[in-house]
Amino acid sequence: MNTIRDKCAIVGVGTTEYYKRGQSYPETELSMACTAILAALDDAGLTINDLDGFSIYSSSCDPATVGAELGVPEIRWATTTTSGGGGCVGALGVAASAIETGQATTIVSLMTLQQLNRRLGGSAVGGMMMFAMMSDGGGSPYGGGGVPPSAAFTANNGLLSPGHSFAQITNRHMHLYGTTREQIAEVALSSRKNAGTNPRALRPEPITIDDYFNARMINDPLCLFDYTMESDGAVAVITTSTERARNLKQPPVLISAASHGGTGRWGPALFRYFQTPDEYFATSGHRPVAKRMYEMAGVGPSDVDVALLYDHFAPMVMIQLEDYGFCPIGEGGPFLADGNIRYGTGSIPVNTHGGNLSEAYIIGMTHVREAVEQLRGTAANQVEGAEVALVTGGPAGLPVSGAILRKDV
Amino acid sequence: MAGDFGNLERGKFPTILKETHADSLTQPFWDAAKEDRLVCQHCTNCGTFRMPPSPFCFNCQSRDHDYPELPGTGTVYSFTVVRHPLHPDLAECCPYVSGVVELDGTQGAGARMLVNIIDCDPDAVRIGDKVEIVFEHVTEEMSTPRFRPLSG
Ligand SMILES: [Zn+2]
Repeated sequence: MNTIRDKCAIVGVGTTEYYKRGQSYPETELSMACTAILAALDDAGLTINDLDGFSIYSSSCDPATVGAELGVPEIRWATTTTSGGGGCVGALGVAASAIETGQATTIVSLMTLQQLNRRLGGSAVGGMMMFAMMSDGGGSPYGGGGVPPSAAFTANNGLLSPGHSFAQITNRHMHLYGTTREQIAEVALSSRKNAGTNPRALRPEPITIDDYFNARMINDPLCLFDYTMESDGAVAVITTSTERARNLKQPPVLISAASHGGTGRWGPALFRYFQTPDEYFATSGHRPVAKRMYEMAGVGPSDVDVALLYDHFAPMVMIQLEDYGFCPIGEGGPFLADGNIRYGTGSIPVNTHGGNLSEAYIIGMTHVREAVEQLRGTAANQVEGAEVALVTGGPAGLPVSGAILRKDV
Repeated sequence: MAGDFGNLERGKFPTILKETHADSLTQPFWDAAKEDRLVCQHCTNCGTFRMPPSPFCFNCQSRDHDYPELPGTGTVYSFTVVRHPLHPDLAECCPYVSGVVELDGTQGAGARMLVNIIDCDPDAVRIGDKVEIVFEHVTEEMSTPRFRPLSG
């Protein structure tokens, strides 16, 4: 069977600095994208003349604009996975597919983010309305526009931010399995501890379990420390064939597997939808993606040395641990409480950089950067002998995605 | 627009969208709502209910449907208590409870409603609680559905 397993590799990573939300001005999303791309090419020992493809997610940049701005000689591949941050590492698989089939040679995947005036699930009526209308149109510039008929069924219910949505999944998980806030706190605490020894983390200050329980409750059961921060910045990675990667500047990080998608009825999931069947409601939506990913890579959860799990909300890390097979379904809470995700002592170190919760939130790409650094052996909180990394995008509206990256040994 | 939320009542999220933007599929819901009745789109081919109304049945892909009236009661499937307002001008309606309600008379998933649950003690709401629908007639076209604990 044809597969992309190990056929392509990440050879360069480039970033801007990480900024707190709104602090990146006078940079722009375009200037930050260009900065990250040039840095990633430089990291790989390549130049703009080598770049011939874009495999992005969530329409994270406009290849037409970036290509013109940087003078890319010829663009041979320009795709985005649909929906939002869930497609993050799925984009790496799309890049590998294009390279393996000879349609491009050197592809960038990236996110660039600046939140000066607009926020997801924004703060004024306009932002709330935008959330109510999400995932109805499909994002095409040729859409009819206007307010879709479905918006009237959600705009007035007060569930108008991602946090309001993820609380529903969390609450249901607590109801079904007896999961507690104390167990979930472990995600916030362990990520924060990792951030404390990562010089680029935006939230390095230590927190205790008392801080967690004294923190402002945003919406039950999610408190301030269960929420990711919001950040500005850009992260770009360069993918090329493994064969070529072995002659470049950095040790190659092989893309062993990358899959994206989800069960159809997950659909737009929690984003104003909530019609997911019972067996999937209190999940991360990743289960089918995880199965295909492990099959493609020929590894299982016990082979993973470090897991970089998309952590916009702390409990979603717990649920991904279940869906990626690190513990049985429903046992994520006790698994956390037993210290399994801690760097240095746990059975599966998670978000060694501090994650979206405590390092920076560039919609998942910081996790790809951390995986690459772990596999190069240059991470701030290096996992001894790390050879296999899991990276995920989402939970979010379909597609969500998962990838296995590994050291070239 | 900011500040234009009208008179706020604790526990009740205001109607920020006052028009239904209805099409032929959603209009029957809003027509019934005006009369304090809950109807739900229902596949006449396989019997699956769905919310909000949409062109195709996700179970059998049929477009044939009708809008039977439901009892208007249901069960809290999940919820959150919103304590921190999305906008400072919404502070007076916090805390409010909003969640997912499964409707009696339907199969559950696929026909859930996402609603503000009013007239309740936010700290006492539990998954599994029985609730009933109540409509607020806001404008000529918009009757906002909310749920409240089932009395008795
Ligand atoms: Zn049907």
